[in-house]
Amino acid sequence: MTLSLLFEQLLNGLQLGTMLFLMASGLTLVFGVMGLINLAHGSFYMTGAFVTAWVTGTTGNFWVGLLAGTLAAAAVGALVEFAVIRRLYHRDHLDQVLATFALILIFSEGTRWLYGSSPLWLNVPGSLAGSVTLPFGVEYPLYRLAIIGMGILIAIGLYLLISRTRLGMRIRAGENDREMIGALGVDISTLYTLVFALGAGLAGLAGATIGALQSVQVGMGEPVLILAFVVIVIGGIGSIKGALVGALLVGVVDTLGRVLLPDVFKLFMGASAASGVGAAIASMLIYILMAIILIFKPNGLFAVKH
Amino acid sequence: MKKVMNAGLGLLMAAAIAAPTQAEDVKIGMITTLSGGGAHLGVDARDGFMLAIEQAGRDDVEVLIQDDAQKPDVAKSLADEFVQRENVDIMTGIIWSNLAMAVIPSVVRQGTFYLSVNAGPSDLAGRLCHENYFNVAWQNNSLHEAMGEYMSTEGFENAFILAPNYPAGTDALEGFKARYTGELANEVYTQLGQTDYAAEIAQIRASGADSVFYFLPGGMGIAFMKQYAGSGVDIPVYGPAFSFDEIIIGAIGDAAIGVRNTSQWAYDLDNAANQTFVSSFREKHGRTPTLYASQGYDTARLILAALEVAHPDDKDAFREALRAADFDSVRGDFRFGTNHHPIQDIYVREIVASGDGVTNQLVGVAVEDMQDVYVDQCSM
Repeated sequence: MTLSLLFEQLLNGLQLGTMLFLMASGLTLVFGVMGLINLAHGSFYMTGAFVTAWVTGTTGNFWVGLLAGTLAAAAVGALVEFAVIRRLYHRDHLDQVLATFALILIFSEGTRWLYGSSPLWLNVPGSLAGSVTLPFGVEYPLYRLAIIGMGILIAIGLYLLISRTRLGMRIRAGENDREMIGALGVDISTLYTLVFALGAGLAGLAGATIGALQSVQVGMGEPVLILAFVVIVIGGIGSIKGALVGALLVGVVDTLGRVLLPDVFKLFMGASAASGVGAAIASMLIYILMAIILIFKPNGLFAVKH
Repeated sequence: MKKVMNAGLGLLMAAAIAAPTQAEDVKIGMITTLSGGGAHLGVDARDGFMLAIEQAGRDDVEVLIQDDAQKPDVAKSLADEFVQRENVDIMTGIIWSNLAMAVIPSVVRQGTFYLSVNAGPSDLAGRLCHENYFNVAWQNNSLHEAMGEYMSTEGFENAFILAPNYPAGTDALEGFKARYTGELANEVYTQLGQTDYAAEIAQIRASGADSVFYFLPGGMGIAFMKQYAGSGVDIPVYGPAFSFDEIIIGAIGDAAIGVRNTSQWAYDLDNAANQTFVSSFREKHGRTPTLYASQGYDTARLILAALEVAHPDDKDAFREALRAADFDSVRGDFRFGTNHHPIQDIYVREIVASGDGVTNQLVGVAVEDMQDVYVDQCSM
């Protein structure tokens, strides 16, 4: 393991982390403000990717596609909030889980009906194709670097939005005391729709950018959703700062675990057994991390006080 | 009123009981993957299978199709339903080896025939082989073994090999190593269904390998190759046809041109059965069939050929008819070994530009009359 490989893997971990942050921030906001467990968050990720692939295919311009995908995911989010989610705020978590799980099925089948079950075609835009040389002699794909940059910008943007703007003030107030903010005359249902659409839009953006790297297909959101839940549990449910730290932690631990664990096992067993065992343990690593963190911090790293 | 209802119910029940006694009909249960990242494999296997059934024009053969969503527990409960409630004579369709291991052993033990259109885990070819189990595709290792031999003859000496961590993935790398004579730069197992390969590609870059062999079927292959092409690593890649079927290379695009892969079938194989199959498949579905479609087609034609000889209720006669494999396979020569797995030629294909896309073109034969290595472990 050379230094440059380690550095490259750290960047990979960071890139995975920033993507997870885009997913987790929306999830944690929705839980923090509305107290809603939203399993359908992965569907907005998928919506963003599909609309981006479709619009990019028709217009030939990735950036138009990206914008359309993000906005479409936000719009679908607002629509779903208005039509379905709104009726769930006062129900218990089990009802919310059931209803949003139903939404996953509806979205998946609907997407399959619209686009078919073959993966869609979406490529990295020409201006971000190829790789650049970084310090330590690391060749790194430009597109992944751009994702990291975008993730950092969005994290800063979210921080400013929540700490400096009137909307952010209402979101924080909503997290602290839902009844009181309503009593103070804030239009709570518009606020909820806005927050939900914001979260959905971020998920759509994540899906669209990742769709260009991976494949755009039905069900692509669920594996990411599971990771995002791990992130918000580690970070503390409802905390944006927790989502950021949790996402980076999960991204880096997952990536380095996959690379380093097989090498560690090779020290005391055969090469092919080591890669098998290493890969198996690496896939559990973030859950082990979550368990350890929860032992010491049962409410997550940055628990929100209620 | 209640009496009428009761009478009606009684009639319905009588009809329900009477229905299965029309003994000549044959019921086939197909459990395959029609949703999720692995969907195009199941869709093609199904479309190939149903094409052969339609061409046969037999209205006494009923095919029930269910989606397993690539989940072992779903496949298991569907199989129980098919065997116990639907009383199917023959089952088929499973794509993924982890699902096959969950379903097939108990199905064949209960006396139902199972013909595999795809999955061929080593256990089912060796120590768990069964008289009611036939694999019409290949044993999992075969295409990988052939590629191991091919890459050795091409002079590669330091390969980086990669596969997902599940039964077919370990079979793949074991198969590759069986006939590959060079050194291994590294051997890496990824998660099944993984979509981000940045960490593995960085390892490939740093490994100093002269070639990459990977087995990543379905959406995994698309994701890997797209990211590989964008990473600036220019080590040549090789793999089995599962990593480079027509759907996958269609999604990868030009980045796939020049890649060679091994397959037991190619759409441009020159035999009459294949030409009929490819042209009628294209006409019906508007796309070029993948190897999965060819396997589905062959499986259905094998069943139809055996049905000409015996009904599955006559188990011994039907089994003998299957074993004889008296049908024109679209892949050319085809016969079963003693463990009911194919003995067949494995070909090499190369990805070339065609029209506004890319396609696989037949290059030559990698290994003739290949038989799996597990046949000796089978006590049948």
